[in-house]
Amino acid sequence: MTVKLIFYLFAAILIFAAVRVITVRNPVHAALYLVLAFFTTSGIWLILQAEFLAIALVLVYVGAVMVLFLFILMMLDINLAPLRENFTRYLPVGLTVSILIFVEMTLVVKVLSKPAPADLPAASSNIQLLGEQLYSLYVYPFEIAAVILLVAMIAAIALTLRPKRWSKYRKPEQQVNVRRQDRLRLINMPAEPKD
Amino acid sequence: MFDIVYQYLPYPLAYSLIILIKIVLLVVPLMVAVAYYTLAERKIIGFMQIRIGPNRVNLSIIPGLNLLRGFGQPIADAFKLMFKEIIIPTNANRYLFVIAPTLSIAPALAAWAVIPFSETLWVANINAGLLYILAMTSLGVYGILIAGWASNSKYAFLSTMRFAAQIVSYEIAMGFSLVGVLMAAGSLNLSEIVAAQQGSVFHWFWIPLFPLLMIYFISGVAETNRSPFDVAEGESEIVAGFHVEYSGMLFAAFFLAEYANMILVAALTTLLFLGGWLSPFQGMGVLEQWTAWIPAPFWMFAKMSIFMLLFLWFRATFPRYRYDQIMRLGWKVFIPITLVWIVVVGLFILAQLPPWFDSTPITTALASR
Repeated sequence: MTVKLIFYLFAAILIFAAVRVITVRNPVHAALYLVLAFFTTSGIWLILQAEFLAIALVLVYVGAVMVLFLFILMMLDINLAPLRENFTRYLPVGLTVSILIFVEMTLVVKVLSKPAPADLPAASSNIQLLGEQLYSLYVYPFEIAAVILLVAMIAAIALTLRPKRWSKYRKPEQQVNVRRQDRLRLINMPAEPKD
Repeated sequence: MFDIVYQYLPYPLAYSLIILIKIVLLVVPLMVAVAYYTLAERKIIGFMQIRIGPNRVNLSIIPGLNLLRGFGQPIADAFKLMFKEIIIPTNANRYLFVIAPTLSIAPALAAWAVIPFSETLWVANINAGLLYILAMTSLGVYGILIAGWASNSKYAFLSTMRFAAQIVSYEIAMGFSLVGVLMAAGSLNLSEIVAAQQGSVFHWFWIPLFPLLMIYFISGVAETNRSPFDVAEGESEIVAGFHVEYSGMLFAAFFLAEYANMILVAALTTLLFLGGWLSPFQGMGVLEQWTAWIPAPFWMFAKMSIFMLLFLWFRATFPRYRYDQIMRLGWKVFIPITLVWIVVVGLFILAQLPPWFDSTPITTALASR
């Protein structure tokens, strides 16, 4: 009973936050509503006894990804008017995509729906079970995912690597070693004749 | 201890009531500790710089006898801040401006929920304790991020940018050093991590994980935005950083959060590397018998105070880092060292190196295979 009440409270907050993400005018506010949405999702996952996933969601998405997101959004100077101009033009595309997602999700839920699993004993450790599964049954998918992420990381670093600077800059060691003979040429030249 | 509550109240109500009582019992001493930590900071830095420090506001029961000179200072400060006007800048985002200090202090206090002070003294003993603490400390950045943006001020905003980048960078090194600890202990539960260090001073993790101890504590200093990593607050360049526009209790909330976080880092370093509440005289025969009457939390607080002193000592000693050097230290020095040391810890575990790794859950699992 209490669990249900908490679930509906969290679900209401989650839906409110998710709606606000797309309706609010200011992009920073939208990002903050997304943070709220993530946080309430993690609350719902806690009710489902998935404490590792819940904490990982907060740690990864709220603690790192959204901070970087906000970091960028706060630095942008966004002109709000052009963003809202083509609302009606893009509406059919958006509606199609959302209807598609809705149909897919209902199909998945209908096909895969099982009775709720029994409550786990209080002492069971979510993390230990997850670790055992990941490193035994799913070890190859897990390793492949890790390698793909590593490749993506190296690619991102490679993209930001710049070639040598083309602009002029000082080289102190060359400046120090400069000799007069390299820069200065003394010539003897006759004085200009008088008119 | 709480059986009587369960007798007279229905279960959910009694449970909530007990949790609430525990929270109050934790937060009130914590706030007092924060207040007196500020006094300690001023006194100790004063001592290091051959000054006296605050000595005016007395707390003397007998008039004329001023043994506790300056001990009323934190209380006086608190009252001053409470009665100051809160000024909200005209072009600030009002709602976010007011909510930012709350977002800063809430995770700082919430992280304390899983800290054990002895084998039986905690608010919550959860399996994912270490992860929970990482998640909570990473939430702390939002308060400052929002404060800087909502105050609509150049300096506050610059400070916010510095702080966010610094926190995100040092969190990685911090997380990796925690990975080393949880490999050594074979658990994410803080009480079990302490239990894994049972034995003597030489069983604690500070010897095999010494580089991680260093990196964890230094990252902790950077995470709590303390000197020499306090560029977010650089008075010499950006006035006072993210809290330029704040006054009164809103301003104070940021500092409550900062000091609560400092004490938290000290507590965590103690729990993870210095054996938490375990007595340093364990396994020393006569000494252990003589000191058996000392309650376990005493050792915890004693070890915490070492790190709490270090925070202040750093501030009195080191000049502020340059920002590019902070980034270099975080990314190019700390992260590689932690990555290497995780492999080294793995080798230690494989070699079942006594006395630390001969009977951990991982090594026993390896042996039974």
